[in-house]
Amino acid sequence: MTTESRLKKILQSGKFAVTAECGPPKGADPEVVRNKGKILKDYTDSVNVTDNQTGVVRLCSLAACALLRAEGIDPVLQMVTRDRNRIALQSDVLGASALGIRNILCLSGDHQSFGNQPEAKGVFDIDSIQFVKTVRTMRDAGEVIGGDKLATPPQLFIGAVENPFADPLQYRATRLATKVDAGAEFIQTQCIYNIDRFKEWMGFVRDNGLEGKVFILGGITPLKSARMAEYMANNVAGMDVPDEIIRRMKSVPQKEQRQEGIRIALETIQALQSIKGIHGVHIMAIEWEDVVPQIVQEAKLFPRPQV
Amino acid sequence: MITAERKPISEIKEMIAPYRKILVVGCGSCVAECASGGEKETGLLASAIRMDAKSSGKDIEVREMTLDRQCVYEFIDQLNDVIADYDIVLSLGCGAGVQAVAEVFPKVHIVPALNTTFIGQTKEAGLWIENCRGCGDCKLGVFAAVCPVTRCAKGLFNGPCGGSKSDRCEVDPDVPCAWQQIVSRLQDRGRLDLLRKVHPPADWSKQQGKGPRKIYREDQRS
Repeated sequence: MTTESRLKKILQSGKFAVTAECGPPKGADPEVVRNKGKILKDYTDSVNVTDNQTGVVRLCSLAACALLRAEGIDPVLQMVTRDRNRIALQSDVLGASALGIRNILCLSGDHQSFGNQPEAKGVFDIDSIQFVKTVRTMRDAGEVIGGDKLATPPQLFIGAVENPFADPLQYRATRLATKVDAGAEFIQTQCIYNIDRFKEWMGFVRDNGLEGKVFILGGITPLKSARMAEYMANNVAGMDVPDEIIRRMKSVPQKEQRQEGIRIALETIQALQSIKGIHGVHIMAIEWEDVVPQIVQEAKLFPRPQV
Repeated sequence: MITAERKPISEIKEMIAPYRKILVVGCGSCVAECASGGEKETGLLASAIRMDAKSSGKDIEVREMTLDRQCVYEFIDQLNDVIADYDIVLSLGCGAGVQAVAEVFPKVHIVPALNTTFIGQTKEAGLWIENCRGCGDCKLGVFAAVCPVTRCAKGLFNGPCGGSKSDRCEVDPDVPCAWQQIVSRLQDRGRLDLLRKVHPPADWSKQQGKGPRKIYREDQRS
């Protein structure tokens, strides 16, 4: 069965892409993955599956992607370099392609000290940029690291992440340029709450001549509560939640806070649509996948185009 | 230097408990510099063992001595005439010292009093920081003399991860982000171009490829 990346087709046809995140369960039940997939299927172009995010052991992203693929969903396989050396990473890349997975997102991964296995050895044999380049070379040159030839190269649309809110700001755009040089074709960003800083970063991205060279999808995470906003601001590494957003969440009664979170998400999507060089949104509704259809509909991004 | 920290006294007591005659051996090199296994610390540990034995009514014999270097045979030889009189050697050397002494005296029971930790620098009085992993392929010339293998929690070669905020590492806010330091230094020197290329995967075989490493130099053999 030959398949193509739907995400790639959407982006290349110039349409505003919608991807969402599916967090695999802390257990072996495939139905959890299938159910999340069913919720997201018609409202997104592709679905990312996270790879043991925050260093917590979960059902593996490769297996979850295969389950989604069987449901007719175009999965984006997230893979971190924290847990696998270059042998395992390259092997899994080949396996992913063989299973019909057509998108990969290469990350270094949250440090193991944050998760439920803090005594684990962090592998970090290669970093995320080296991983991007490795996958690109496997695909385009048909070679693994070291130059050995592959009988059949993997077919994968290659993505990476960037955090416009981490420091040093200006160097962040330079680093993105290096990621693009390494072979990244699409970028999904950290959740955006500080739109001013995001615009500033996009300015640097354009100054680095990256426009037209890479597809950028802005990250959206709807806030469930004022407490979540505060938690993310204070406890989640690399997150920028301005006080103004926290105040706004606090200004409404608790039972209406979810709705306020959705409103903020919709406003952010609207703002992103008017920024030059933004090609879509990536909705990471953490353990709240069933809000995605509502957001996509209210953002007038439904129905999704057929490609 | 190689840094080390003394094991908890309870762990040391447990290791030496079955023995009566104890030789406590310090080292005057790295572990003296980091105040964990030098002459002073060796004396303190020996006294602590004697006092503990006295208070629990145990009859033991403790002798202390400190070698200039526990990892070099010429200095280990100073134990030749002494070691046979003791049941156990409690070494305040680093891991290399303990193993070198054990190699010279394979029949003697030898146990470590220290946990060897890292290759580091004295940052300020009472503060030592790790800054070298001995990877065998030094790239400090590219990274503005800040080692990303050691000082970045993820050992990244191509720029900071997404967790670097206000110059701090996401893993430990007490630790500066190594990549922030690299970028700032190169910016100041007008050499950010050094970071514009993709640094290839490291050759870890130089660190751990075929088990323990060795340096063999013909010119030093004669």
